[in-house]
Amino acid sequence: MSHPKTDPNNWAANTTRNTVRLAYWTGAWVLTMAIANFGPRVIWQFNEPLTIVAILINLLVGFGMILANKRHLNGLDEMHRKIQLEAMALSLGIGLVVGLAYRNLDVTNLIVSNAEISHLVILMALVYLAGIVFGLRKYR
Amino acid sequence: MKNRLKVLRAERDWTQAQLAAELEVSRQTINAIEKGKFDPSLPLAFKTARLFGLSIEEIFQDEATS
Repeated sequence: MSHPKTDPNNWAANTTRNTVRLAYWTGAWVLTMAIANFGPRVIWQFNEPLTIVAILINLLVGFGMILANKRHLNGLDEMHRKIQLEAMALSLGIGLVVGLAYRNLDVTNLIVSNAEISHLVILMALVYLAGIVFGLRKYR
Repeated sequence: MKNRLKVLRAERDWTQAQLAAELEVSRQTINAIEKGKFDPSLPLAFKTARLFGLSIEEIFQDEATS
């Protein structure tokens, strides 16, 4: 039996490192989002400068998360990158189309409740997850 | 697109994981290529051909022309 020459752990280790890095950035973004959202009411009683700082930190960490996601995508192999991009395209498309239709239902008073942006985020996240599952099954 | 990846790999007694590591892709990607569910890019096809010491056409065949 002839063995390949490449260190089998290099590429896989890099991918794992990129995934863990993205998870840390995402966790930090969620944490700073929670602080920016609940902090004014619960911790610093609507102190304006503190609220602005919290929102700026959340924005900066958000940009870090975007860069980590880009790095993660670039580190994936071509099939997994395709699965990710197709899931993201589906999520963006459905989020835009359904999100705007949902808003129209709200502004024309065809629904009782308000169209909240959190509903759109939940929809996009679920569509993205479904897209990943569908993609992984498609190429299995 | 058809390919002889599974045969070539078996001739060398390599596992999918070993071939994947050599080509710097995941084992799932090798599996999908072998099953014809995913067509590799030109750079990956060249890398595969280099690894096996063959031309691309000796590994991958267009189903429309074969």
